[in-house]
Amino acid sequence: MVTYTGADNPPFRLSMLIYDRRYRSLTLQAIVFILVMLAASWLIDNTLRNLSAMGKTLSFDFLFRRAGYDIPQQLIPYNSDDTHLRATVIGLLNTLLVSILGCIAATILGVIVGVLRLSSNWLIARLMTVYVEVFRNIPLLLWILVCLAIFTEVMPPPNAYRGENPAANMILFDMIAPTNRYTAIPSIGMTNPPGTISLGREGISWAFIAFAVVIAAAWTGWRVLRNWAQRVQDRTGKRPRTWWISLAMFVVPVLFLTWYFGLHLVPPVLRGFNFADGINLDNAFVVLWLALTLYTGAFIAEIVRAGILAVSRGQTEAAFALGLRPRRTMSLVVLPQALRVIVPPLISQYLNLTKNSSLAIAVGYMDLRGTLGGTTLNQTGREMEAMVLMMGIYLALSLIISAGMNIFNSRVKLKER
Amino acid sequence: MKKSVFFGSVTAVALAASGALAAEGDTLKEVKARGVLNCGVNTGLIGFAAPDANGNWSGFDVAFCKAMAAAVLGDATKIKYVPTTGQTRFTALSSGEVDLLARNSTWTFQRDTDLKLDFIGVNYYDGQGFMVRKDLGVSSAKELNGATICIQTGTTTELNLADYFKANNMDYQPVNIDSNAEGEQQYMAGACDAYTTDASGLAATRASFADPENHIILPEIISKEPLGPAVRHGDNNWGDIARWTLYALIAAEEYGVTSANIDELAKSSQNPEVQRLLGTTDDLGKMIGLDAEWAKRAIKAGGNYGEIFAATIGEQTPIGLARGLNAQWTQGGLMYAMPFR
Amino acid sequence: MSETHSETVAYVRETMLPPEPPPLAESGAIKWLRENLFSGPLNIALTFVGLGIVWLILSTVGPWLSHSVWNAGSMAECRQIIAETWGQGASGACFALIKHRWNQFMFGFYPQVLYWRPVLAFGLLFLALAPVLFSESAKARRIVLGLSMVLTFVIAALLGAPVAALLGMAVLMLAWAALIETRPQWSLLASLVYPFIAVWLLWGGSLWSEAMVLAGFGLGFAVWRVLAARFGLLAFALAVVVAAAWWLLLSGPLASALAGVLPLRLRPVSSDQFGGFVLSITIGVAGIALSLPLGVILALARRSDLPVIKLLAVMFIEFIRGVPLITLLFVASLLLNYFLPPGTNFDIILRVIIMVTLFAAAYMAEVIRGGLAALPKGQYEAADALGLDYWKAQRLIILPQALKISIPGIVSTFIGMFKDTTLVVFVGLFDPLKAMADTIRASFEWKGAYWEPYIFVGAIFFILCFGMSRYSMYLERRLKRDHR
Repeated sequence: MVTYTGADNPPFRLSMLIYDRRYRSLTLQAIVFILVMLAASWLIDNTLRNLSAMGKTLSFDFLFRRAGYDIPQQLIPYNSDDTHLRATVIGLLNTLLVSILGCIAATILGVIVGVLRLSSNWLIARLMTVYVEVFRNIPLLLWILVCLAIFTEVMPPPNAYRGENPAANMILFDMIAPTNRYTAIPSIGMTNPPGTISLGREGISWAFIAFAVVIAAAWTGWRVLRNWAQRVQDRTGKRPRTWWISLAMFVVPVLFLTWYFGLHLVPPVLRGFNFADGINLDNAFVVLWLALTLYTGAFIAEIVRAGILAVSRGQTEAAFALGLRPRRTMSLVVLPQALRVIVPPLISQYLNLTKNSSLAIAVGYMDLRGTLGGTTLNQTGREMEAMVLMMGIYLALSLIISAGMNIFNSRVKLKER
Repeated sequence: MKKSVFFGSVTAVALAASGALAAEGDTLKEVKARGVLNCGVNTGLIGFAAPDANGNWSGFDVAFCKAMAAAVLGDATKIKYVPTTGQTRFTALSSGEVDLLARNSTWTFQRDTDLKLDFIGVNYYDGQGFMVRKDLGVSSAKELNGATICIQTGTTTELNLADYFKANNMDYQPVNIDSNAEGEQQYMAGACDAYTTDASGLAATRASFADPENHIILPEIISKEPLGPAVRHGDNNWGDIARWTLYALIAAEEYGVTSANIDELAKSSQNPEVQRLLGTTDDLGKMIGLDAEWAKRAIKAGGNYGEIFAATIGEQTPIGLARGLNAQWTQGGLMYAMPFR
Repeated sequence: MSETHSETVAYVRETMLPPEPPPLAESGAIKWLRENLFSGPLNIALTFVGLGIVWLILSTVGPWLSHSVWNAGSMAECRQIIAETWGQGASGACFALIKHRWNQFMFGFYPQVLYWRPVLAFGLLFLALAPVLFSESAKARRIVLGLSMVLTFVIAALLGAPVAALLGMAVLMLAWAALIETRPQWSLLASLVYPFIAVWLLWGGSLWSEAMVLAGFGLGFAVWRVLAARFGLLAFALAVVVAAAWWLLLSGPLASALAGVLPLRLRPVSSDQFGGFVLSITIGVAGIALSLPLGVILALARRSDLPVIKLLAVMFIEFIRGVPLITLLFVASLLLNYFLPPGTNFDIILRVIIMVTLFAAAYMAEVIRGGLAALPKGQYEAADALGLDYWKAQRLIILPQALKISIPGIVSTFIGMFKDTTLVVFVGLFDPLKAMADTIRASFEWKGAYWEPYIFVGAIFFILCFGMSRYSMYLERRLKRDHR
C-alpha cells in the first residue's frame, strides 16, 4: 500500500512564505506588524530619551498639586486652592455640558429646519435652504467669532440696565438680561426647601431627588399603561384612549411637588458691578453653545431631509391602503424607516459637535482643553502627560458615543439574506 | 525653510534626521547648522513683538532675538519668529520648537525648576496692574470687589489675580482670553470692567486706543513680574550665550557704546572693559564658542539696551513707558550687567 | 363635418367656444402666491414669520452695508467719511480695510515681488485637474482650461511678474494645454508631476531637489515593473528599498551637482512667510490630494481578511476620529519634537499638512468603507468568478463603483477639511480668518474693525466650498449609469 501525499500536501518549504497564497498573508502580516512595532518603539524610545535629556520624567503627580487659578464657570464647587485634577474634572464637565446642550438644541433646530425645507411654502423653503447652505459652507471658527462679536459688541454692558431710565431693558417679563459679559437668567428658588444631602463638598437637594423619583415613576407607569393598551388592542381590536392618563401621570405629581416646595423663578437683579441672584451664564459658554448649535443644526437639517425623502411614497400609500390613520402611519411606518437612515449620521454629528467644542479656545471657555490642556499644562509644564490624558479622555468620550451608535445599528439593521 | 530639509523629511524623516544633525542638546551647533534662529515671540503685542503689514517683526523682545541672531549667526535677519500664546510658549521651548523664548515671560521659581526652563536674566522689571475706564469711578484695585476682569490664560497674572482677590477677601468674575488682541476687544466693548496684565502691556494696550485719556491704570501693582528671555534647561553653553548677549546690551549702555559710535570705539576706546566687550582685547567670544566680535554685532543689530528701549517702548514712542526700575543701576534702576572679564 | 353642423338644430352649439381665460384667482402671480405662500392657516403664519425674519435681517444689516466705504486709509478716516456722507450717527461698513490689506488676506507675508508664483501655482492646478475632473465634457474642459490660462496670465502680469517669467508661463501653459487636448493619456503623467512644480513655485529654491524626489518615484516604479512578473511581492519591497536608497544616498549630491551645471533656482520663500488664502489653499489642496489615496488604502485595510492589518486600520481610524483636530495640531506643532531624534527640523506647514491629511483620511476611509459595503455582494462574487486577483478585482471592479457611490461623502469630507484649515491659527500660522484679522486689527489704523474681515473671509470660503459641493452634484449626475 502506498500512501500518496503528493500535490495535495507538499512539504513545507521556506519559499512558500512568499509564493504560496496560504502562507503569504501570514508573512505579510508578520512584516507589517514588525514594522509598526519598530516604528512605535522608535518613537517611544526617542520620547523617553528626549525627556530624560531635559531632566523630565513621565509622572502624573502634577494632578494632585494646587491648581492656583480660577475658572469662570463651574458645575461643582471649585476654587483656586483645589488640585489640578479637580480643575480637569471641571473642564471635562464644562465640555460635556456644552456638548450635551449643543446636541439637544442642534437636534431640535435641525429637525425643524429639515422639515421646513420640504415645506410647500416657497419663502420658508428658500430661507431654510439659504440657512443650511450658508452655515455648512463656512468654517465653524468664523461662526464662533461672529457670535462672540455679536455678544461683545452688540449687547449692552450690565450698567446699561442701571438707573431710572436705563439704556437697555430686560426681556421676557424682566427675567433675562443679555449683557456683553454674560446672559443673566433667573435661578430657581424654593420657599419651602427640604434640605440637602451632602456628598463631600457637593450637595444634592432632596427636591431634586424627589423630582427625579417622580418622573422615573411616571415613566414606568406610562410604559405599563402602554403595554396594557396594546394588550387590549390585541384582544379586542380597539385601542383604549390613554393619552390623558399618561399626561396626568407626568403633570400632576410635578405640579404637586412644585407647589409643595414652593418653587419659583428668582429674577436677576443688578447689584454692584453685576447682576446677582439669577444665574449668570458666561458669554463664552453662550457663544460657543449658540455657534455649535447653529452650525451642527444645518448639518442635521440635511440629514433629516434626506431621511424623510428616503422613505418612498409607496410605503405611506400602502399604510393608508391598510387603513392606518395618518398619525399611526407616521409612527409605525414612516418614522421607523426614516430613523434607520437618520440616526447613524446624526450620531456622528453628535461626535463632531463634541470634538468641535474644543474650539472653546477661541472664546476662552474653560473646557477640558482650556483647563487640562491649557492652563494646567502651562503652569506645570507637563505637556506630554497632559496631552496624553486629554486625548485619552476625548477618545473615551467618542468611543462611548460610537458604541451607542453600533448598538443602535445592530438593532435596526436589515437582515440581509 | 531649507528645501533639502523639506524633502528629506518627506522621503524619510527618520533616517535623514538621526544621521545628519548635531549631538543631543547642543543648541549652538544646531542653530549654526540650520543657519536660522528660531525665536518664540508674542502673537502680537505692540511695542514688544508684532508683525507689520509686510510681516516684519519689531519690538522690545524682537530686538533681543535680533541681537542673538547677530551674535550667533552674524546676521540679525536670520530669524524665524514663532508666534506663541501664553499657553503654548513653554511647550514650544521645551519641545525644541524654538531655541529661545523672548516673550515677556515672568521668571518664577516653578518655571525655573519644575518646568525645566532657564531664565537667563531680566530684560524688563514689571508688575501686574489693572486698567479701567475712567467713567467707572474706580481709583483703587481694592474697589474692584465683584468686578469682571479680563485675564490672559496661562500667565502668572492669572495666578496673581486669584491670590490677590483671595488675600483681600474680594470676589471677581474672570473672563478668560487667549491673546492680547482678544483682551483689547473684550475690554473695549465693555465685556470686562478691568483688564489686568503686566503694567507695561497695559501701557502698550492703552496707547493703541483711540481715546487713551478715557482709561486709567490703577496705582496698585499687585506683583513682581521680572520679565526675561528663557532657554531650555540643560544646555549651559547656549544659556551662557543668551545671558551674556543680554549683559552685553546692558553693559554697552552703561559704557556709552551705541550703534552709532561702536565701530569707532572698537578701534579707539581706552576703557579695558569696552575693549574686552567689543573683542578688541581678550577673545571672550571663544569661551562661549563664538568669535571675538559677537558682542559688537549684537549691539550693532539694534543698539544698546537703552537704544532698544527708547526705540520700541520708550517715552518717545506711542507706548510711552518711562525707564523707572529699568534704568541703569548708575541711574537708580535695577539694570546691572555683570563684569566682562 | 362643418356641413353636418350647419344642419343641426338651433339649440345645439355648432362650434367650439374660444377658451375663457382662467379665473383671476387661478392664474398668474395670484395663483402662485396662493399655492406657494398662502395655502392654509399654517402656511400663512409661516409666510409672515419668514417675511419677519427677512425684514429683520435687512433692516439691521441693510443700512450698514449700504453705507459702506471702499476708499480710506484708516478706521478713523472711514468713520469720518461715513459721518460726512450719511450724517452723524450713521453706521457703515469699512470695506476699505479689505482693499487696504488685500494683499495680506490673499498672500500673507509672501514677498510682494513674487506674488506671481502662487498665482501661477494655483492656475496650473486647474490644468492639472482638467483632464481628471472634466475628462468627459470637452466643452467644459476647454472653457476651464482657457479661462484658467488667461486669468493666470493676466493676474500674474498685473501683479508685476518679470517678462521672462511671463514668457515661460505662457509657453508652459500652452504646451500643457496642447498636451491635454492631443494626448490625454500623457497629460495624466503631467498631472502627477504637478505637485512637484507647485512646491517649487511656492517655496522656491532649486528645482533639482524636487526633480530628484520625482526621479526616486520613477526609479521605484521602474524596478517594480521590471521585477514584478518574476518576484511578485518581493518586487514591491525591492522597489521601496531602491527608491529609499536613492533618496537618502544619491539624490542630495546629484541635485547639487546638477544645480552646479544648470542652476534652476527661484528665490526661496520660508514657511513663516505663508499666510492668508495662499496658506489655506496650499494646505487644503495638499490635504485633499493626499487624503483620498490614503483613505482608500485605509478603507481596504479595514475590510481586509488579514486580522493584523484590519486591527491596525481600525485602531488608527478610531483614534484619529476620536480626538479633536486641534489636539492633533497641537501635538504636531508642540510635541512632535519629543518623538523625533534631537535636532530634527521639520517644516511647520508640512507637519500641518500631514496632520490634516491623516485626519481627513480617517474620515475618508469611513466614507469609502460605506461605499464598499453598499456594493452588492454579486459584484465581489463576479470578480472572483472571473479569476481576478485581489488588486485587479479592486482596481477594475470594486473601487470604481464604490468610489462613485461615495462621491457625496468624499466631497463633503474635502469641504470639511478645507474649512478646518482655519484651525492652523492655533499653532501659530497666519490663517486668513483669525490670525490675519487679529494682526490687522492690532495695527493702529484698523483697530475696531470686527465685521468686515469676517464677512470678506466668510464670503470667500462660502464661494469655494459651495463651488465644490455643486461640482460634486454635477459629477454625481454625470456618473449616473443606471437609467431610471
